[in-house]
Amino acid sequence: MTIASIAQLISFAALSITLVLGALGVVLLPNIVYSAFLLGGVFLSVAGLYLLLNASFVAAAQVLVYVGAVNVLILFAIMLVNKKETLAAIPGLALRRVLSGAVCAGLFALLLRVALTTHWALPGPTPLGDDATIRIGEHLFSDYLLPFELASVLLLMAMIGAIVLARRDVLSSDVITGQPADQGLIEKERIPLLLDKAALESPLLEKTP
Amino acid sequence: MSLNFPTEIPLQAYLVLAAVLFCTGVWGLINSRNAVRVLMSIELMLNGVNINLMAFSSYLDGQLIRGQVFAIFVITVAAAEAAVGLAILLSLYRNRETVDMERFNLLRW
Repeated sequence: MTIASIAQLISFAALSITLVLGALGVVLLPNIVYSAFLLGGVFLSVAGLYLLLNASFVAAAQVLVYVGAVNVLILFAIMLVNKKETLAAIPGLALRRVLSGAVCAGLFALLLRVALTTHWALPGPTPLGDDATIRIGEHLFSDYLLPFELASVLLLMAMIGAIVLARRDVLSSDVITGQPADQGLIEKERIPLLLDKAALESPLLEKTP
Repeated sequence: MSLNFPTEIPLQAYLVLAAVLFCTGVWGLINSRNAVRVLMSIELMLNGVNINLMAFSSYLDGQLIRGQVFAIFVITVAAAEAAVGLAILLSLYRNRETVDMERFNLLRW
């Protein structure tokens, strides 16, 4: 057993422990801000696993896209919707949790059985190592060119869609004349459209001052 | 040597790890009351799938690393999904003033 394989085993163990504990924390912690930061830890340890699997480019993409963009976006969303609210109690919540836990345990057992009993065609061809980035570039510009271009269209559509969905429609001043806009329109825009009256009157949903 | 560790990490270790991550994500997706946490659970599931793709790419397809290309596409789609999902969440919060999943029941019979 060489020192390289020992280092590989130790880093795999550390990364997987971080991954599993972080994922459980994301799901179970009551404070959503802690969950979001733990999600960043999970993404980083997944990037470490990619490094162990000879994929430096995908590891860098994982850090940039997931930790840099998705996690920050989630933190922003938490800041924007972070109102303290008491959640109404649901009858049979514990039963629901146990049932869904059983379903997930069954799914896990199925996946475990597939992973452990299938005869994988091991050992495969020797991994590329550092040349993987070159090979990914060749793939993206030859046989995966159409999905690559479609991904750009998808990202453009997602960007426009996110802007359209998240913006407020009424501006505070008229764009052309610069005059203050009709105040009634602004007030109307601020009123939530879909609040149900009965839920508003119940004591559980009283707004915090 | 007294201990009989494998000299190399087996493929099955990565598959089991990905299965743990995926099942945690599924449980969180079903049980979360907070809509932001539902989106985070979806990200966990996508990462579990990505670990599977990368493990197969490295162990079974070392020369033509098609799994890595697929993982890049999955990362792209996940970024788009997160952006649109959070925009929908913001719009929903503006109109209902809550992030409780149990109260987003406008279309339920």
